[in-house]
Amino acid sequence: MAGFIAQRLAKGVLVLAAIVVLNFFLIRLAPGDPAVVMAGEAGATDEIFVAQLRTKFALDQSLPGQLAAYLGSIATLDLGYSVRQQMPVATLIGERLPATLLLTGCAFLISIALGVLLGALAARRAGSLADTAITGLALLFYATPLFWVSLMAIILFSVRLEWLPSFGFETVGAGYTGLARAADIAQHLVLPALTLGLFFMAVYVRMTRASMLEVSRLDFVKTARAKGLTEGVIQRRHILRNALLPVVTLAGLQAGTLVGGAVLTETVFAWPGIGRLMYDALLQRDYNLLLGVFVVSSAMVLIFNLVTDVVYRAVDPRIEVAR
Amino acid sequence: MDQALTPPGVAVAVRDLRLALPHGGDRPNAVDGVSFDLLAGEILCLVGESGSGKSMCAHALMGLLPKAVTVAGGSIRLGQTDLLAQDAAGWRDTRGRRIAMVFQEPMTALNPLMRIGDQMAEMFEAHGLLTPRERRARAVALAREVGLPDPEGIVRAYPHQLSGGQRQRAMIAMALALEPAILVADEPTTALDVTTQAQILKLIRDLQRRRNMAVLFITHDFGVVTDIADRVLVLRQGRVVEEGPAAAVLGAPREAYTQALLAAVPAMNPPARPAPDGPKTIEVAGLSKTYVTGGGWWRAPRTVAAARDVSFALRRGETLGLVGESGSGKSSVARLVMRLIEPDLGTVRLGDTDLTRLNGEGLRQARSRIQMVFQDPFASLNPRRTVGQIITDGPVAHGVSRFDAMERAVRLLALVGLDARALERFPHEFSGGQRQRIGIARALALEPEVLVADEAVSALDVSVQAQVLTLLEDLKARFGLSMLFITHDLRVAAQICDRIAVMRRGEIVELKTAAELFANPEHPYTRDLLAAVPGRARDAA
Amino acid sequence: MSRAIAMTDSPPAAPPAPARRRSPLAAILRHPGAVLGLVILAGAIGAALLAPVLYPASPWRMVQRPFIPPFTLDRVPLGTDALGRDIAAGLMHGAGVSLLVGLVSTLAALLIGVPLGALAGYLGGRVDDALMRFTELFQTVPSFALAIVLVAILQPSLGSMILAIALVSWPPVTRLVRGEVLSLRSREYVQAAVVTGQTTFTILRREVLPNTLSPIVVLASLMVATAILLESSLSFLGLGDPNRMSWGFMVGAGRTVIRQAWWITAFPGLAILLTVLALNLIGEGLNDALNPRLSRER
Repeated sequence: MAGFIAQRLAKGVLVLAAIVVLNFFLIRLAPGDPAVVMAGEAGATDEIFVAQLRTKFALDQSLPGQLAAYLGSIATLDLGYSVRQQMPVATLIGERLPATLLLTGCAFLISIALGVLLGALAARRAGSLADTAITGLALLFYATPLFWVSLMAIILFSVRLEWLPSFGFETVGAGYTGLARAADIAQHLVLPALTLGLFFMAVYVRMTRASMLEVSRLDFVKTARAKGLTEGVIQRRHILRNALLPVVTLAGLQAGTLVGGAVLTETVFAWPGIGRLMYDALLQRDYNLLLGVFVVSSAMVLIFNLVTDVVYRAVDPRIEVAR
Repeated sequence: MDQALTPPGVAVAVRDLRLALPHGGDRPNAVDGVSFDLLAGEILCLVGESGSGKSMCAHALMGLLPKAVTVAGGSIRLGQTDLLAQDAAGWRDTRGRRIAMVFQEPMTALNPLMRIGDQMAEMFEAHGLLTPRERRARAVALAREVGLPDPEGIVRAYPHQLSGGQRQRAMIAMALALEPAILVADEPTTALDVTTQAQILKLIRDLQRRRNMAVLFITHDFGVVTDIADRVLVLRQGRVVEEGPAAAVLGAPREAYTQALLAAVPAMNPPARPAPDGPKTIEVAGLSKTYVTGGGWWRAPRTVAAARDVSFALRRGETLGLVGESGSGKSSVARLVMRLIEPDLGTVRLGDTDLTRLNGEGLRQARSRIQMVFQDPFASLNPRRTVGQIITDGPVAHGVSRFDAMERAVRLLALVGLDARALERFPHEFSGGQRQRIGIARALALEPEVLVADEAVSALDVSVQAQVLTLLEDLKARFGLSMLFITHDLRVAAQICDRIAVMRRGEIVELKTAAELFANPEHPYTRDLLAAVPGRARDAA
Repeated sequence: MSRAIAMTDSPPAAPPAPARRRSPLAAILRHPGAVLGLVILAGAIGAALLAPVLYPASPWRMVQRPFIPPFTLDRVPLGTDALGRDIAAGLMHGAGVSLLVGLVSTLAALLIGVPLGALAGYLGGRVDDALMRFTELFQTVPSFALAIVLVAILQPSLGSMILAIALVSWPPVTRLVRGEVLSLRSREYVQAAVVTGQTTFTILRREVLPNTLSPIVVLASLMVATAILLESSLSFLGLGDPNRMSWGFMVGAGRTVIRQAWWITAFPGLAILLTVLALNLIGEGLNDALNPRLSRER
């Protein structure tokens, strides 16, 4: 297992390096002088600072030389400096990262728990009214724009019903500490986590249902029936367990979308995470910050993929043979 | 109706069983008025070709019919109960405890995520018997009883760590767990190699005697019937054709259908054949291919030798058989000869051309000289192209005009016994045997010198198989073809081959004329293979 | 090469293919969800086509006082936004942008994904390895974040949006086509075509690709839906073409006044929802019609 994790880590580092290279070329896609672009485009740009950037990123050197310098600085976790915010990009992201991890983590747990539960229920009663209702609901959530459902949730739950706060991470100036603070944050978390989770819940409902129907046709399910097992045991132990494997794979593939979706949710709910940071960087055309967030969110996806790989391997004993 | 108990000595009484197929099928009933008694302590074989309804009967006994198939009438009486009249709870109680079942595909019949022992223990759990600890102990004992190696270890293994034969043993162990009075075995050895099949058949026979079980054994193979049956029931299109003691049905069948089926089973004694003396058409020398699989940064790769220094030659008009079990490399050799896969070493000479040296356009041109007939009549024809296109695509690619190619296709279709109207039809409109004829026509359309037949009759029913074999023999003589005939079935090889090469793990272990090979097998592996062929008792008689 | 020409010169003796099985169109029309989807989609296409006729003036133009609620004034049936723009006009003009971006970016993604997948699957070996690593890279990157970065750097326009969406949408196509081709390549009828001496190009065109078509069509219909969601999300963040009215932009513009005027965000959002839903329903219908084996027990 340790060897496996080391192998996947090494692969992850390679992918991350490739993403950084991609980043490097993205900066050069922007119109104008890369140093000026990185410093924050036109206006308000300090000549000395631009000159500093130029030496730092070896812009006076050849392209491979520039690339090497850029890779070197990223490897030392130096993501550059945000002129607009007057702070190093790494520090800015570091401050915001916990909020995003909390939001995406909760949204993921909600989506996979509800998704698998409802998907299994629908598959168990395929063709019934419950199945139609669940698949219909899943389809609806799957087609709903994330930013819009967030706004509609604010109208309903914050403006009309006044149940939940509509924006922010916690009540500013309330001075809560300890458990009270946690409860306050949890209240603020409900709407963003739910709206972000709904779309992914729909994804897992569809996958779990399809996968269970697929597995229920396999021979070993017939073997289980031939033993005289009850339908519940057959569904749980034989069908669901096997059907979850593709769901785990899908969870890995969806990680990128989840992190991307956080940009919209955080923007709507003014959630102080890196997604909101990305939106701010976008408004101010702060390319250095924008690319920094991009690299960090890619790294998040890589780590999540590593976890799903490990989970898959732990669940499926065949993996050693298959590869 | 006889509401009383089944008569003494009868384990299960099936009366007028009718199973309805969904509308739009090729017939209304899969099983149409089948009646039989399964006696305690006997093995009853249900024999029939595909579509005879034999497997449906087996599944009806377990209440495991496909959703689309419904019971239209009849009864299955076990002791005091009519199985068909019981509810879901009744079925759950019956399954495993009173009747157990072994399936055809050991590779897919076990849950890949559960340990073998746990799957065996489930049998007790399902019926609320024993404590978890006792269940584990029983699983080990069962594994030992069915002859699994290292029983303590194997109950902790996952299915993928077992061979096909071991998995089937595990399935049998599971079926025996609750000591049911009746075992239903649905083609339990069809997916296995011939030597493994012989072992499993012996195991079933031994266990049946030891426990005095009634066994309903489903098979399409008269060799297997000969080896295992006490009584035989021949089915055709859902109806019983003939029933009787094995010796009577096999030795002196009353019905024409049974007689025809038995006559179609190839005999083990090769007919006398004149030694071919034509010029050599194809010469294979030192052909080698090793597959390297897996192997990451921290793992050594696995290597499998598909071919090791394989050499043989074929004369004009000669048929060479390549026989062996799965994994012996016989199909790989066929594909190496066809250049569908690249050899690591060795040459394939067609007259004065070395096929292994050619590439690109040169290879494409040379391909017309050696053609192939494939195993699966359903996968070997593109479902989106008409039969006419399928046959003419090859000649057209070699510069023949579509018009001339079509004319040739009409002649070829007549030759393989199909109507010219077939040209405009799509493959799905034909039966398996007809599709195989189309595949043969496609191969012949290029007027090849050599024909490679890769398990070309393995997927066909025995009567159709006999027809296709005759056709191949006939065409070979007519066009003076050389034929490389790959098969796992020694009976088929005996009938069609002039010489036979026995392969094991990528190597030819013995190569001699068919008559010699069957009369004096020298290599121990050849002897094992020959001894394992089912139904030898009938050949000797 | 001359051989290929000779082939097309010869008279087509092969008769035209007779109708096989049930036509896919008829199968779709028996699927109630898909019919609903087709009706909604037809509505969206109709709105896009009629927009220049019914609302010839720019949808950016102020037509009335701001914040008119819907269903109060006949001239602006769906009300006006914070700047007095007609919401109905915006919706109709926005339909064109969404459909256009969805369609063109999906076609572009197919143009990248299908050849890459076919090559990887058919050639195998190192080519496959390299192409799949490349695809994995794009699949790992958070696609929406990459799209944001691309549009921001290339400057917002219809073209940059289409390019960005295409660049983040092609990996699933490649994976699907590769998988299909890989399984088809070992199919016996493809081997038969190799053995009868047909060229690689002919084999791909005649034996392999036609049999991968139905899953690609199904995937493409779902991709248009996803592309429309991406487009509206980008526009919502202000990355849309500044000269084109779009549904996502309308939602974004109404966001700040959501407490006073729910309709400014509700209607365009509903339009996106319906269009995306319609495409998903059509995709499901196509799947049932084209892959009957998989959907039989649904």
